[in-house]
Amino acid sequence: MILQIRDVGKYFNGFRALSEITLDVEEKKIHAIIGPNGAGKTTLFNLISGMYDVSQGEIRFRDMTITGLKPHKRTKLGIGRTFQIVRLFGLMTVLENVMLGSHCKTKAGLLKTFLRFSTKELEEEKLTREKAMEWLDFVGLAYKADQVASNLPHAEQRLVEIARALALDPELLLLDEPAAGMNPKETMDLNELVVKINEMGKTVMLIEHNMEIVMGISHLISVLNFGVKIAEGVPGQIQENLAVIEAYLGRKRS
Amino acid sequence: MDYLLSVLTMAGIWIIMALSFYLPFMTGQISLGQAGFMSIGAYGAAVCTVKFSIPYVPAVLIGGLCAGVVGFLLGLPALRIKGIYLLLLTLGFGEIVRVVLINVEYVGAAAGFPGIPYQEHTILYAYGMVVILAIFFTRLRRSRMGRAIQAVGSDEDAAEVLGVNITSTKLTAFSAGAFIAGVGGGIFAHYEEYIEPFMFDVMHAVEFIVFTIFGGIQIFWGPIFGALVLTLIPEFLRVIQEWRMELFGALLIIMMIIRPQGVIGLDTVQSIKKILGKSVGKKWRKPWN
Repeated sequence: MILQIRDVGKYFNGFRALSEITLDVEEKKIHAIIGPNGAGKTTLFNLISGMYDVSQGEIRFRDMTITGLKPHKRTKLGIGRTFQIVRLFGLMTVLENVMLGSHCKTKAGLLKTFLRFSTKELEEEKLTREKAMEWLDFVGLAYKADQVASNLPHAEQRLVEIARALALDPELLLLDEPAAGMNPKETMDLNELVVKINEMGKTVMLIEHNMEIVMGISHLISVLNFGVKIAEGVPGQIQENLAVIEAYLGRKRS
Repeated sequence: MDYLLSVLTMAGIWIIMALSFYLPFMTGQISLGQAGFMSIGAYGAAVCTVKFSIPYVPAVLIGGLCAGVVGFLLGLPALRIKGIYLLLLTLGFGEIVRVVLINVEYVGAAAGFPGIPYQEHTILYAYGMVVILAIFFTRLRRSRMGRAIQAVGSDEDAAEVLGVNITSTKLTAFSAGAFIAGVGGGIFAHYEEYIEPFMFDVMHAVEFIVFTIFGGIQIFWGPIFGALVLTLIPEFLRVIQEWRMELFGALLIIMMIIRPQGVIGLDTVQSIKKILGKSVGKKWRKPWN
């Protein structure tokens, strides 16, 4: 198990966003989190990445408790994520955005940047740039490297965000609705991309509303509704689960 | 000629100060304390030369270091707060420095600190510092720390999730800004020959903000341009001098409406580079195309 979530709850001033979530993520699998709007999926991601801290319970990453750790420390351990609403650094170029992903694996400080005692800093910079270009190439956007990030169309901004998260070299990648706002063709490409990322040996956690993607590529699906986990299983099981159908479509009139 | 030289020298010092404001500003911190850091640098350097007969350059650097250390210490609590509260804290800090200096007999208290050796070549040192800072900011743009600073300035949460330690990034930028302000103060002290606490009141700190907002906030050429233009114009149009602050105020409002990023934006730099015949990033692309 790469990630173990134990009895985790999150309250916002008495509003229960998540309660008693227990969830295991298996290594090198695609684990989808689905559920209606407001079910607490993004909150769960925020708890894992450290943007919020848990109100109760414990999250373990590779047998190490990460609850209480600051987000940048969790990133360093190997947890990368993207956001539901694209959060690129708008004024920086696409390449610079992706290069930022190497931040915690590199060292050059402010003073060294200026003084350049040795060629080590330049070397490091060059390596960072090459690596970033490779990831951009991986998502198919190398030719847009020098463009200012905010000038890209929405779907491409999402891909840049994925490239940036990949540059962190994470073992666990959290993708928060990567297909939101994409057209069917772009969605299909994304589908392939996620599978490719997974085949590279990375564990992927995926929040997604597009059921075609979810059912097509996930190894395991957990379903949240009103902050509670109501079902878990392989795609076939979930499709037939009555509680899930009820959460999405409502109860049958008797 | 002498007059022109003195105006240009002062403009150089104000450029340094505008850049000292700009560095922490890049991480989203608005500091009203830069005049306070400037006074620490000025007094620190003056004490070095007058009381300990330390030569000019090391004295100015020591002044800068004093300001940098104070900046670091102030930054420790200050970085936990944001926006208007940080503004108030730095404002308070500037005033505290001034009040403390008024009461310290060792540096002349309210009567001021006279007899600081005059540095004839101040203009060279001032613009030398500007050149050093320009090199620094250029390198910063294409460096790991520079990217982190920019990222923290544009979206803290996203930056932190990408592994950037926002506290240490902000603290570094804040202390480095204080250091630059201190160096500016040291150069200033040895040009004026006489300093008193009232020279470093908060209105100056406000001016540094105006220089930056007017000149441009996206790239360091902005504050340089802003400081240069806004010091030179009132000097040569004496009528404006009296109405300077009113003019600055009006200018800010106009800028906010027609060009919120300031006169010099990234687009300006891009088009200048195009005119010079260098397409940006050409050498980056080569290996892959």
